Amino acid sequence: MLETIWFVLIAVLFIGFFFLEGFDYGVGMLLPFIGKNDVERRVVINTIGPFWDGNEVWFLTAGGAMFAAFPNWYATLFSGFYLALFLLLVALIGRGVAFEFRSKLESPVWRTMWDWIIFFGSLVPPLIWGIALANLMRGVPIDAKMNFVGSFWDLISLYSVTCGASMVLLFVLHGALFLSLKTTDVMQERARSVALAVGQWATALVMLFVLLSYIETDMFTRNGINPGAVPILAGFALFSVQYFLKQKRDGWAFIMNSVTIVLSTITVFMDLFPRVMISSLNPAWTLTIYNTASGPYTLKVMTIVAISVVPIVLGYQIWSYWTFRKRISTTDHLEY
Amino acid sequence: MAAIDLARWQFAITTVYHFLFVPLSIGLAYLVAFMETVYVVKDDERFKQLAKFWGKLFMLNFAVGVVTGIIQEFQFGMNWSDYSRFVGDIFGGPLAVEALVSFFLESTFIGIWIFGWERLPKKIHLLAIWMVAIGTTISAFWILTANAWMQEPVGFIVQNGHAVMNDFGALLMTKQLWTEFPHVIFGALATGAFFVTGVSSYQLLRKYEVQLFKISLTIGLIVAFFSSLLVAIAGHDQAQHLMVNQPMKMAASEALWDTSGKSAPWTVFASIDTEHQKNSFAFEVPGLLSMLAYNKFEGQVKGIHQLQREYVQKYGPGDYVPPVKTTFWSFRIMVVTGSLMILLGLYGIVKILLDQMERLTIFLKILLWSIPLPFIANSSGWIMTEIGRQPWGVFGFLKTADGVSPTVTAGMIWTSMIGFTVIYGLLAAALIKLFVHFIKKGVPAQTTLNGQEERAEQPSKSAFGSTAEVI
Repeated sequence: MLETIWFVLIAVLFIGFFFLEGFDYGVGMLLPFIGKNDVERRVVINTIGPFWDGNEVWFLTAGGAMFAAFPNWYATLFSGFYLALFLLLVALIGRGVAFEFRSKLESPVWRTMWDWIIFFGSLVPPLIWGIALANLMRGVPIDAKMNFVGSFWDLISLYSVTCGASMVLLFVLHGALFLSLKTTDVMQERARSVALAVGQWATALVMLFVLLSYIETDMFTRNGINPGAVPILAGFALFSVQYFLKQKRDGWAFIMNSVTIVLSTITVFMDLFPRVMISSLNPAWTLTIYNTASGPYTLKVMTIVAISVVPIVLGYQIWSYWTFRKRISTTDHLEY
Repeated sequence: MAAIDLARWQFAITTVYHFLFVPLSIGLAYLVAFMETVYVVKDDERFKQLAKFWGKLFMLNFAVGVVTGIIQEFQFGMNWSDYSRFVGDIFGGPLAVEALVSFFLESTFIGIWIFGWERLPKKIHLLAIWMVAIGTTISAFWILTANAWMQEPVGFIVQNGHAVMNDFGALLMTKQLWTEFPHVIFGALATGAFFVTGVSSYQLLRKYEVQLFKISLTIGLIVAFFSSLLVAIAGHDQAQHLMVNQPMKMAASEALWDTSGKSAPWTVFASIDTEHQKNSFAFEVPGLLSMLAYNKFEGQVKGIHQLQREYVQKYGPGDYVPPVKTTFWSFRIMVVTGSLMILLGLYGIVKILLDQMERLTIFLKILLWSIPLPFIANSSGWIMTEIGRQPWGVFGFLKTADGVSPTVTAGMIWTSMIGFTVIYGLLAAALIKLFVHFIKKGVPAQTTLNGQEERAEQPSKSAFGSTAEVI
């Protein structure tokens, strides 16, 4: 029971992470394209300026929660996906300082350099997350001692790269929709047209990924052809993004894309449950929430902490979004 | 080099590097919060200028501290997966709580603080920086809870080769934690304070905004003196606890090969011969080690040889002697730099009371060049405490060598270590460049501040309002 609670909680952290950090990765990737000059680029950055750091903590907390609640999952995943995580960390380091350092000097060379660090720092993490998630679902070589015995290249396949790429595009779309809500005039128009263009590709790739999932994972044998309500609704939400975009209803488009991201993440975790990492060598060696979990005492203590703290965290994060709810335009006073 | 040695090096590099920024962030957070408090309470514009100036340097440093901290959370799983499997049940808890309670707090409120100068009421904006300061301190508390548990493991039983927690409260109540935590926090305040005094001295030396930077110099010196003194007091407590908890670390930090007589002398410096396990030369002060250990001039202190025999009986055959030279010298470097910090702080306060600060060009220069002192003390303190615990990862329960990831190859660690080291080098270069730029640029003129405030009054559409229209 406690194991299930923690599995759900970690899923919730990832859902929050993909929903929130999703648009700020997207904004980061769009920075060089939607921001055509220096002021515009600052506007783009300031749309996520006050939030991105707090958004990233959803992931850090998910990592900490994995360590505390499922130490064997944490140990296998992080030592197994070693080089992928190394790349992820490099991206997060570069991106994190880039937001703070970028505008501190006037030099165009300096700023352009950091802009591209933001671009790549926002592109690499969703790509790696997609690749990692696909591998979690499909299974990786894990031995009897719970150790990953494959190599970095075992993680790279058509399936995993499709998942990575669809995550990237989904986040670009998410970022474009977010920008359409947070900017004005020309920039808003630009964000809309990017969302329209990217949206089709994102939809196509996600569909390809779903198709491949039936072939590559045990989704079909577990559930049959009918995947259940959650992924179907996710699909509908994704299609409706296009419709709302054409109607120029940016708010609804953003909401629907958020629904897509949330429901897709739920689908992945539902598909895994109660497994956390599937062994491709022997089903008996698969990591589950039961053979990776901490003792009941630890889980109970952690549950109490989580229940008492999470509402407060949600409270002030929502307040922060409320405080900085205004659209940002190039004629505003911009904090650098 | 074998994977285990590389993993050790990587941990050392990334952790020491991370901890250059952490104490400065904690220290500056409180100093900036204090300055902004004076601005809000007394409505004194000078303190707003100060808070903005120091706040900018704080932000830059904070960013580097945050990103280098991400690695800390993940490298246990990456390089030390067997360690993570053994301790996760206990060690993971404080890390998760740290993320949940403090990472969210500091990262959300730093955003509010940076972007809220013109948008929030003064008092709410002030609250934000205090939340950041408190967040950094809570963060330190939880990570030190995890570290203190490695030094003094309590509150668990070992089941099927895993440590399983059965008393969370015990983790929070160890003497180790409550000596380590104040030692680190006062060290952090001293780091921030010496940074402020050093940079203020530079401004006074070049006669820039003298009235303004005399204020921050005074604040800095007062905090520098008292926190340096309190670090030493907390450190003394910690050393006494070491006698009970990890006598081998104490013996190694003193290069005390054989148990002392009734009164133990303190070795000021020594020529240590680790091969023959003796000191070929040592300069000693009689009775001082007993004083440090027991607060009196009498009292035996156990030596490395005797402790090694005891540990073999207790834990089985093996070498339980940590690297003596490193432990010995890092301890001395910490003590010397710490003492210098106290003296500098004291001298500075006396001169401030006599109102002689501006005329003391040489002292101001010394203060400028003293900025590195607390960084050296912090790092050497950690090196002593972590190296001195070897060969143990979790004292008495898990050796560091048994915690390494079995499937991670030397090549993989080389890749990440070289990668991180290069990036860290570049980060340091960029940060120093920006520090120098903003220190030279100085404070924003007051007129610009007002100008900005006027411009900020322009109405702009609310995203939610216009979202509603669109929907």
